Amino acid sequence: MNLKRILLETIRSLNSNKLRTSLTMLGIVIGVAAVIAMLAIGQGAQNSITSSINSIGSNILFVSEGSSARFFQGGTNVVRNIRPLTLLDAEALLDASQAPSIKAVAPVIQGSNITAAASGQKTTTTVLGVTSGYASIRNEQLTEGAFFNDQQVNIHARVAIIGPDLATTLFGRTNNLVGSTLRLNGQTFTIIGTLKAKGGTSIGSSDNQVIIPFTTARDRVIYRTGNAVDVIYVQATDANSVSEANTQISQILRMKHHVKLGSEDFSVFSQQDLLSTATSITGILTAFLGGIAAISLLVGGIGIMNIMLVSVVERTREIGLRKAVGARNRDILVQFLSESAFLSLLGGLIGILLGWSISMLIGKIASLLGTTLNPMVSLNAVLLATLFSAAVGLFFGIYPARRAANLQPVEALRYE
Amino acid sequence: MIAAIEPVIQAKDLSKVYRMGEVDVHALKDISLHIKRGESVAIMGPSGSGKSTLMNILGCLDRPTSGDYFLEGVEVSGLSDDQLAGIRNQKIGFVFQSFNLLQRTSALANVELPLNYASQPTDGRDRAAEALRAVGLENRMKHRPAELSGGEQQRVAIARALVNEPAILMADEPTGNLDSKAGQEIINLLLKLNQERDATLIIITHDQKVAAQTQRIIQIRDGMLEENQL
Repeated sequence: MNLKRILLETIRSLNSNKLRTSLTMLGIVIGVAAVIAMLAIGQGAQNSITSSINSIGSNILFVSEGSSARFFQGGTNVVRNIRPLTLLDAEALLDASQAPSIKAVAPVIQGSNITAAASGQKTTTTVLGVTSGYASIRNEQLTEGAFFNDQQVNIHARVAIIGPDLATTLFGRTNNLVGSTLRLNGQTFTIIGTLKAKGGTSIGSSDNQVIIPFTTARDRVIYRTGNAVDVIYVQATDANSVSEANTQISQILRMKHHVKLGSEDFSVFSQQDLLSTATSITGILTAFLGGIAAISLLVGGIGIMNIMLVSVVERTREIGLRKAVGARNRDILVQFLSESAFLSLLGGLIGILLGWSISMLIGKIASLLGTTLNPMVSLNAVLLATLFSAAVGLFFGIYPARRAANLQPVEALRYE
Repeated sequence: MIAAIEPVIQAKDLSKVYRMGEVDVHALKDISLHIKRGESVAIMGPSGSGKSTLMNILGCLDRPTSGDYFLEGVEVSGLSDDQLAGIRNQKIGFVFQSFNLLQRTSALANVELPLNYASQPTDGRDRAAEALRAVGLENRMKHRPAELSGGEQQRVAIARALVNEPAILMADEPTGNLDSKAGQEIINLLLKLNQERDATLIIITHDQKVAAQTQRIIQIRDGMLEENQL
């Protein structure tokens, strides 16, 4: 039998019991749709996390106090007597001879649950005390006004840069705010700039924060003794020097803190570290979800096998007749295999469309809820699902088809 | 014309033994027979006599346990399943008591079925249509079996048996599901085809009246030939 005939017979046969055909196909449709949707959402989540990590700035490293050895390198030596990071540490990192790969440094102190009040409105917010280099390192842009300079930091100027979300909460607008007054824990500040929105899910987003000079924050709002800082943002000179910068930071800080290699009381992460951690987490998540979805595809395949077995029994006489008029075992095998393969392939195609729609719908729902998630149906996922569903059809079709093919014509014709 | 002289069917000491649990059932015992080209033969016998088993073996649907079977001079009892399928396709046309038509396809597609399994692709539509004309169903080609009367359905089955121009037409109780008028029409048609096309006709029947219309009656009882009217 030629291919066209086989296809015609297959369609005719599947068409003759539409309800059964569609129910059988439904198993595959749901399985494939679930796989497609899960992979798309996983990919979308990964993309949005990656882009929010990238939005932190470019070639950034984070230095924070405390050892990372216990958590990340499986080290057992608990570091005692942790020295806090200080402004002096930050300055030391700017030494061009010891740290040629470092372009800029921004020490930051951070205080949360600070009461912010303006024009009769009141809310709590997070305040960052930073130096003038912060804006360029973090790639913060202003929609109006200007960032404070070194001099304003030195004189403990009471000036503030306000995040757009916080501005909306307090003032009901995000423009014409320069010159307005803002009270942080009762201290009066003059707004000198408004930040451009970075988007809701960005890591370390300043949309809902206030940025003020480091000195003012330390002395009047967050109250830190000495020169302690919470985190130092370091920008490497370019993408290739990030790991060198990492080494140089560690060397300098080990010297300043008088600690040996392996017992550091500080930790350095690069954006790359964050990215790879995030990627591996979302990767595991995607694989997990995809795996669960694949189980439903498997169940769908078993459904196909079940129906094909019933169909073989039902059509025993037909098989007998076909053999009587000259069908070889192979002809019968091909006939039943093509039915199950067609079922699962068509189910797979419908499943791809359904999965695509589901992931788009979830993206829409996510954006309505204020989260940026753009599910991505990748070509690979589509190919994988198509191949996999066809394979499921063939695999689960083989057993029933062989049973049909191996029926003895005499027995089959006698079957009632 | 050597083929015309040589018997179409030449069977020697055919035996068929089924194992039913512990017991061997001898369905056929040492049956030898010759059937000439163009002959019409009725095989008769009571239920369980082995006549269906004999037809299955002569029709290459089954193999004998022992004995030789030459079909048009070719020893077929040792052929593989696929080779037997090829012989059924090319040399034998079956007509069954219960018609065995595919319900979801038209009469034409039913008749075309054997051509689909032929080793050489053919202009199936035309040949199927011609076969339907030969059985007088030229106006029913697009009808499905359910839309046809019993007699018409059996004629579709006969057209299907004819379409590959087989050497042998085998009819297993072809009138069993029909009333006597339709049954007689079917027998007339089979006999007509037997004469016009020089196709050997073998009818298995209970019906003495049907058997009487053939040239020869073979009686079988307990797996053995009882009477061989030549």
